Amino acid sequence: MRYAMAMDTKKCVGCSDCVVACQTENNVPHGFCRDWIVENVDGVYPNLELEIRSERCNHCDNTPCVRTCPTGASHVIEGGIVKVTHAECIGCGACIQACPYDARYFHPDGYVDKCTFCDHRVAKGQDTACVSVCPTKCLYFGDLEDENSPVSKVLKNRKWKVNAPEAGTKPQLYFLI
Amino acid sequence: MKKTSRRDFIKISALGAGGLAMANPIMNWVPGFLPKEHKPIDESKAKRFPTFCEVCFWKCAGFTYLNEDGKIQKIIGNDKDPHSNGRFCPRGTGGVGMYYDNDRLKQPLKRVVENGKSTFKPISWDEALDYIADKMKGIAKAHGPESMALLYHASSGSYFKHLMKAYGSKNIAKPSYAQCLGPREAGFVATYGAGVSSPEPTDVKNTKCLVLIGNHVGENMHNGYVQEVSDAIDRGASIITVDPRFSTIASKSKFWLPIKPATDMALLLSWIHVLIYEGLFDEKYVKQYTFGFDELKVHVKNFTPEWAYTKTDIKPEQIRNSAYEMAKASPAVIVHPGRHTTWYGDDTQRTRAIAILNALLGSYGKKGGWYFAEKKKVPHYPSPAYPHPHWTWKDITRPTYKSAGTGISNDLIKASLPNDKSEHKIKGWLVVGTNLISTVPDQKITLEAIQNLELMVVVDTMPMEITGYADIVLPECTYLERYDDIRSSQNRFPNIALRMPAAEPRWESKPGWWMARELALRLGLEDYFKWKNVEEQLDWKFKQMGTSLKEMQKIGVKTFEKDKDMYLAEGEEYYFNTDTGKIELYSLDLEAKGYDPMPKYTEHKQPEEGFYRLIYGRAPMHTFGRTANNPNLTDLMDENKLWVNPKVAKLLYLEPDQEVWLKNQDGVISKFPIKVRITERIRYDSVYMVHGFGKDNTKLKRSYGKGASDSDLITNVKIDPIMGGTGMRENFVEILMDNPHKEEARS
Amino acid sequence: MKEELFASGRNIPFIDPVLHIWHWQIPLYLFVGGLAAGLIFFASYFYLKGDEEKYPIAVKVAPFLAPIVIIIGLIALLIDLRHPAYFWQLYTTIRIESPMSWGAWTLGAIMPLSMLWPLSYIKDLQAYFDNRLCKMPFKLISWIIKMINRYWFINWIYDWSIKLRKPIAIINLVLAIILGVYTGILLSAFNARPLWNTSLLGPLFLVSGISTGAAAIMWMAKEHHEKLAFSKIDLILVGVELFFIVHMFMGFLASTAVQQEAAQLFLGGEFTAVFWGLFVGAGLILPAILEIMELFHFKIPIAIPAFLILLGGLVFRFIMVDAGQITRYLY
Repeated sequence: MRYAMAMDTKKCVGCSDCVVACQTENNVPHGFCRDWIVENVDGVYPNLELEIRSERCNHCDNTPCVRTCPTGASHVIEGGIVKVTHAECIGCGACIQACPYDARYFHPDGYVDKCTFCDHRVAKGQDTACVSVCPTKCLYFGDLEDENSPVSKVLKNRKWKVNAPEAGTKPQLYFLI
Repeated sequence: MKKTSRRDFIKISALGAGGLAMANPIMNWVPGFLPKEHKPIDESKAKRFPTFCEVCFWKCAGFTYLNEDGKIQKIIGNDKDPHSNGRFCPRGTGGVGMYYDNDRLKQPLKRVVENGKSTFKPISWDEALDYIADKMKGIAKAHGPESMALLYHASSGSYFKHLMKAYGSKNIAKPSYAQCLGPREAGFVATYGAGVSSPEPTDVKNTKCLVLIGNHVGENMHNGYVQEVSDAIDRGASIITVDPRFSTIASKSKFWLPIKPATDMALLLSWIHVLIYEGLFDEKYVKQYTFGFDELKVHVKNFTPEWAYTKTDIKPEQIRNSAYEMAKASPAVIVHPGRHTTWYGDDTQRTRAIAILNALLGSYGKKGGWYFAEKKKVPHYPSPAYPHPHWTWKDITRPTYKSAGTGISNDLIKASLPNDKSEHKIKGWLVVGTNLISTVPDQKITLEAIQNLELMVVVDTMPMEITGYADIVLPECTYLERYDDIRSSQNRFPNIALRMPAAEPRWESKPGWWMARELALRLGLEDYFKWKNVEEQLDWKFKQMGTSLKEMQKIGVKTFEKDKDMYLAEGEEYYFNTDTGKIELYSLDLEAKGYDPMPKYTEHKQPEEGFYRLIYGRAPMHTFGRTANNPNLTDLMDENKLWVNPKVAKLLYLEPDQEVWLKNQDGVISKFPIKVRITERIRYDSVYMVHGFGKDNTKLKRSYGKGASDSDLITNVKIDPIMGGTGMRENFVEILMDNPHKEEARS
Repeated sequence: MKEELFASGRNIPFIDPVLHIWHWQIPLYLFVGGLAAGLIFFASYFYLKGDEEKYPIAVKVAPFLAPIVIIIGLIALLIDLRHPAYFWQLYTTIRIESPMSWGAWTLGAIMPLSMLWPLSYIKDLQAYFDNRLCKMPFKLISWIIKMINRYWFINWIYDWSIKLRKPIAIINLVLAIILGVYTGILLSAFNARPLWNTSLLGPLFLVSGISTGAAAIMWMAKEHHEKLAFSKIDLILVGVELFFIVHMFMGFLASTAVQQEAAQLFLGGEFTAVFWGLFVGAGLILPAILEIMELFHFKIPIAIPAFLILLGGLVFRFIMVDAGQITRYLY
C-alpha cells in the first residue's frame, strides 16, 4: 500500500476549505496550519498566468525527516504515511530543519506536528478531511498500488509535477497541471 | 453647551460581560504536567444535529458534530443537499468559529446617558422587550404601525417579518435587493417574466460554455455554483471571463477579456451584434419564443466589435472569437448575470442585455443553459389575516422605481430622514442581522436617518458597527444554537432543510423566533404566534409537507418529486410571464414605464489623473464583514490588501506591504490604513480590495482596524432609475502615503 | 513580474516568513562541542605520543574545561528542546541514520570520560590554580581532593582513572574526533537547508573546533615553548580552515540555484560584513597574522589571538545556524 494525494491546479480556486476542515478535524490550534494554499502569478498584465496549489506534508518515499529523528518519534506507518509519536518527540526540531517543504511545525504543546493524511479516517476507509470537503473536488487520495483508486486514475490521465523533485525526497503529493 | 447627538456611536466595550469567557476546547489545557490531547472524533459514533449554514445566503445543509466533551467540533455537509452535495465551503466549515467567538454580543443592551456620555447598560430581556413593545405601541398610536420598518438579512428575519405584518406594517426590506441583486432580478423579469432568485437556476454542470460578466466565481464561494463550475471544467467546458482584474476564474478561462471598467454594456451590445449579423443566433428558438427581434436587430446595427474596441480596450478579434465560442456551444451556454450587479446606475439595462444574449443563444430553459427551478411551498402556520396597512413601501418606491420587485432599504432609510413634505414617514427601525453601515453606501444618509428615529432596535450576533447606534441591542444566538424556519430554496428538485440547535445559546443570547414571539405577546398579537414553542410550529409545517420534525432531525434534508419539467422540450409551447407571453427582447413593460425598451450604451466616468477606480470583491474564505472576526477564518485572512499595478507602484514609489490611506473624490479618507499588494493582476487605472474589513468596533478584537473599509469610501452612488439599485463602482481614490489623520490632528 | 505567496494566511510562528526554530542555544552548543573536542583531542593525542611533560597544560590542566563546557552545552540543548519532559527518549534507541542520535550518544559517552581525565590529574590542577589570581577554582579543587581522600568510592574512581589513562585516551581520541566532526555533519545532513548542504561542513567544524581547543590551551599555557607549539598548530589549522572556506564557497557557486542563492547571503547579502569581517577577518586572519608576528619574535600578549580565535569560532557557528535556516528550497 502506498498512499498518495493528487491535486488539480486547474480546478483549485484557493478557497482554503482544506485548511479549515483540517483544523476542525484535527484540532489544529489557531495560528497553525497543516496544509496551506500557495498562489503563483507570472507575466505582465494582461498576459498572465496563475497557479494555485494546495500543499501539505508530502509523505515522501525517501523521508529526510524520519531519517534524522534521534528518538524515532517520526516514523512511517503502513501505506507510507509519515507520523509523529507525541510521547517520543523531544522537540529538538531536527525534522523541521530536514524538511524541504516546510511542512512541519512545533505544536504549542511542544511536540512536532504536521499533516497525517488523516490516518484515523483512512483506517476506516474514508478520505482525508481535506479531500472530503474540497468543493471543487480537486483533491484526490488513494492507494497508488491500486490502479482503480482515484489518485491512480487521475495520475494516469494527466500531466503532473511535484515540488522540489531535486531534493530527492520522492514526494507523494502530485500537482496536476 | 454642546448638544451631543442623540445617537452617537457607542463602542461596545467590556461592560460586565456576563460570565467568564468560555474556553475554546481546541486550546483546552488540563492543569497538570501534560496537556490533554484532543483526539479526532469518530463520525460513526459522534452525536450530530442537522442544520443549514448561516454564514452566507446559499444556506448549505449539513450536520454539526459534537466531540466527546459534548462541545461543537466540526460541521460537515449533508450528502443529500443539492446546495452543498455533502461538501461545505471554507466559511461553512469555519462556522464553528462563529459559535466560539468570545467577542459575541452577550446580553441585551440599552442606550443610556451617564455623565453626559452615551453608553450601553446591560439589561434583562424583560426590560428590553417591554421597552421595545412600549415604543412600538407609541409609534403605532402617534404615526401608525406603518412607520415601523424592518430591515433584515438573517434567517430569523422570517419570524420578524410575520411579526411586523401582524403589527400592521409591510415596510420590510432586505438591503441585498438594492445593494446587490436587484438589477438582475428586474432585468430578467423584464425579459423573461421571472427573476433569477437564489440559488441561480444555471445548469452549470452540464454547460459547454460559461460566460462571466464580472462574476468572480471561485472568489465568491457560492458553494453549489463553484462545485458545478469545477464539474464543467472537468467536462472540458470553456469559460469566458470579462473582468478588468485577473480573477481566479479568469486564470481558468479560455478567453479572458480584460475590459476597461464601466464599459461592459458596449461589449454585450457588440456580442449581440455579432450573433445577429453573423447569423450565429438560435433561429428556431428566437422565432418560437421571442418578441422584438427585428427591433433589436435595427437597434444593434452600429454596435460593431470595432466600435466596442474603442470603448472597452478589447480587440475586435477577441470579441468575435468569444462570440463564436458562445454560439458554438449553444444551447448549452450560460451568460451569467452575476449577483452583485449594482455598478453604474444602468445596471438593470446591463442585465437586460445579458438576458437578451441568453435568449439569442437559445439557452433559457435548455440543458446546459438555464433550467426551470422548483421550490417546495412551505405552509403558513394558521394565524389570523394580517391587518391591511394604509401605505407600504410600494407607495414610496414604485412612483420612482417602477420595476422595484421588493422593498428598497435605501428608500425606507430616506423616509426616516427629517422631511416635512412626505406623508410616509418611518419612525422606528428593527434591524435584524444586517450591518447597514457597511452595507448601504453613502453612510452619511444612514447616519442622519438614525438620528431622527424614535426607536432603533438592532438584533445581531456580533457587535458590528450598526449596534453602536442602537437604542436597544438584542443578542441573537448563532445558527448553531437555534431552530429557524424551514429552508425551502429553488433548485432542480424541490427540497427542504431543517435547522436545529447543536448547543445551548451562550451567555444570554436568544433565538430570533423567541424574540419575535415575546414581542408579539407584549403587543397583544398572541393569535399570530399560537404555537408555544418553535418545535411545535415546525412539526406542524413538516407534517403538512409529508414528513415530521422527528424524521427531519435524523435526515436533515428532504427532496420531493418535481411538478414541472426542468427543461423545454424541443418545440414545446411555453408561456412566459410577460406582456406578450414571449421572451421580450424589446420590453413593452419597460417602455410603458418610460424606460428604454432596449439597452443603450452610456458612457460612464473614468478616473481623473492621480485617481484610481475603487473596485471591490470577495475572498472565498470570508462573507464580508460577517466573518471578519471569526477565529477560524481570520487564520486564513485577517486583513484585506490593496491591489496595485506595478506601474502605479513604481510611479508612487510604493513598496510591498506598505501602509497607505485612501482619499476618494469627495474628500472622504479611509479610517484605517491598508497594506499594498503590488501585483500584475489589476489594471493600472484601478485598485482592488476585498470588502468587509476595516472594522471600527474595538470589541471586535480580531478585526478592529485590520485593513480598510471600502464602504466608507463609497459616497458617490449611481442610482438605477428602474429599480432603485445603488451603483457603487464610480468611486475613485487617491493613494496617500502619509497618515492624513495625524496631519489633521496637528493642524 | 513573478509573485509567490501563501493565499491561506499561513504564518506559523518560527516557520514563516523564514525558518528560525534554532536560536542561540544550538550555536552555543556547537561551539562548546568543538571546543571540548579540541581540548580532549590534544590531551589524548599528546598523552599517547608521550609528551605528557612536554605539554603539561595541554595534557593535564586544560581538559578540565571540557566537562564544564559540555555541561553548559547540554543545558543549552535542554533549554532548546520544546518537549523537554521526554528528553530521555534520546537514550532509548540508537538511530544510525540520525546525526543527532550519534551526537546524543557520543556526548553521553564522552561526558563521564571527560570527567575522569581531569580527575586523574587533580593534583596538577591544584598546583596550576594555586598561584593564580582567582582563588575560586583552587578552593573548589581542594574540596574535590578532600572528597577523594574522605570517601572510599571516589578514591576508588580516582585510582582507576589514573590506571586506565591509556585506554581512556584512546577512546577519547576517537570520541573527540567524532564529536568535532558530528557538529558539522549534523548541519550538513539537512539537505533541505542549501547553505548547510555541503560535505565540507563536517571537516570545517572539526578543524574549527580543534583550533578553538588549541587557542584555549595556548591561552592557559605557562611555559613559552608550549605556547609557541600550540600557536604553530593553530596557525596551520587556521590555514586549513581558510582553505576549506574558500572551497566551500566555490562549491556553492558551482552548484544548484538554491545553493547559489544561499551563497549570496555571504557575498553581498546580510551576512557579508559579519562573516568576512568578524569571523574570517578578526577570527582567523588577524590572529594568524599576530601569531606569525610572534614567530618573528614580536611580543604579542597571547591572550589576544587566543581570544580572537575563540570569539571567531563562536561567531562562525552563530552565523551558520542563523543563515542556514534562512536558506530554503521553496517559497
